[in-house]
Amino acid sequence: MLTGEGLWFRYAPQLPWVIQAQTLAVEPGEVVGLMAPSGFGKTTLAKLLAGYLAPTKGRVSVDSQPLPRRRYCPVQLVFQNPELAVNPRWRIDQILREGHPPQMHQLDALGIHSGWLTRYPHELSGGELQRIAIARTLNSQTRYLIADEMTAMLDANTQALIWQAVLDYTRAHQIGVLVVSHDWPLVRRLCDRILDLAADQDHCTLVSGVAE
Amino acid sequence: MLSVSNLSVTFSQYEKGLRRKQLTVITDLDLEVQAGEVVAVVGASGSGKSLLAHAILGILPENAAVGGTMLFHGQPLTPERCQQLRGKAIALVPQSVGYLDPLMRVGQQVQRVAQLNGLSKPAARTAVKQTFQRYDLPPQADRCYPFQVSGGMARRVLVSTAVVSQADLVIADEPTPGLHPDVVTETLNHLRELAQEGRGVILITHDIGAALLVADRVAVFYAGTTAEIASAQDFASGNLRHPYTQALWRSLPQNDFVPVPGTQPSPEALPVGCLFSDRCPWVTEACLPERPALRAVRRGLVRCIHADR
Repeated sequence: MLTGEGLWFRYAPQLPWVIQAQTLAVEPGEVVGLMAPSGFGKTTLAKLLAGYLAPTKGRVSVDSQPLPRRRYCPVQLVFQNPELAVNPRWRIDQILREGHPPQMHQLDALGIHSGWLTRYPHELSGGELQRIAIARTLNSQTRYLIADEMTAMLDANTQALIWQAVLDYTRAHQIGVLVVSHDWPLVRRLCDRILDLAADQDHCTLVSGVAE
Repeated sequence: MLSVSNLSVTFSQYEKGLRRKQLTVITDLDLEVQAGEVVAVVGASGSGKSLLAHAILGILPENAAVGGTMLFHGQPLTPERCQQLRGKAIALVPQSVGYLDPLMRVGQQVQRVAQLNGLSKPAARTAVKQTFQRYDLPPQADRCYPFQVSGGMARRVLVSTAVVSQADLVIADEPTPGLHPDVVTETLNHLRELAQEGRGVILITHDIGAALLVADRVAVFYAGTTAEIASAQDFASGNLRHPYTQALWRSLPQNDFVPVPGTQPSPEALPVGCLFSDRCPWVTEACLPERPALRAVRRGLVRCIHADR
């Protein structure tokens, strides 16, 4: 289980708290939605859970172990803008090999053409590059996936295609997913449970009809 | 006001050494915008939405060749005329705060646009003050640098630049992704207001949901061509003509969330016939030999030979 207990965070001692006393947990294989208006620290919380930032107070753990400092992190974060998440001077195949290389049939499921592998990031469109960024995280070492507005810049059809492939994979491998998004219909469609930071409480809304 | 027909954009790229290849990215693109209406241009990334905007503004790179006709107020848009009109009669509301000069206070930037449009300095200053007031920007905002304003405020500053320019045609390029629903609605309402003042507005977006909130008509682009032009009501009433538009509508999370598999063909390997034929549930032999022409079906335009069924 991925847990964040009593998380507090601020960027410097004199600055206001961005995250205050947040506690949340994601079970393996569970899809949890995280919603809040802009400025409520959604992205900061995602970064804390994925180990990009260290909490000022509180702790993040996976199966009661703290996140590893050096090796591959079992919690992977996918950002909204893939072009900022890849090395612009690497070819796509090198980018994919940066973590644990994904398997060929997963690339197919995400709609990644083999022709893209020899290109550079600027030679792919945003939607194509986002598939690469996602494929990079779908490997046996990943236990939890945090999707921070992962499909906000994609058209509806591509969004549905990508989520279908991602959820097929995470269900088959019991990966927990945290969906950070503004898009209420999308979150409702995808998630077993929805957390609303603004309401400051766990709605635990059980939503049926998750996409097949 | 603006009428684009059979627009094509071809890039010439160097392959190896001096050998060049021609890559046609937009083929047979059609669009019409009247004064006082919002036309949304919807499509996947790579469908030619932004290139259309760049073609209208005349800011395509040098290795691009434009074919077809673009008429603005009945006169053809030549490169010289584009340059004259750009920022004056035709204005762009760019995507993000990244398009503002990071080293200049935002008030000054908007004022500069007003002055370039022929207002005197004091008149420009009043115009800025009025526009900022209209968009609920606090008076001290004009002294801020772009990095000091929030995303929503930056969006309003960008809309302000289009408003002080008195442009007849406003092109908004992807103004909404990743914004909170309230800010999205606010941004779209600003565009609606611009149309109510008698301007033409082109809203470029990949988000059909956002487009339908505000647009009068929706043009759906696919692989660099216009697949369908429908009125906004056609979506909810199920009067869609093109199978791709129907697929887009069905794939929304609030509808069925069922996508059509596959991807848009790349410009290097476009099929000879209908561009959607490899993913289409309606495909027949007749779709393959040639591209269907844009034709009127049920008071909309569609590029599909099976659309009237």
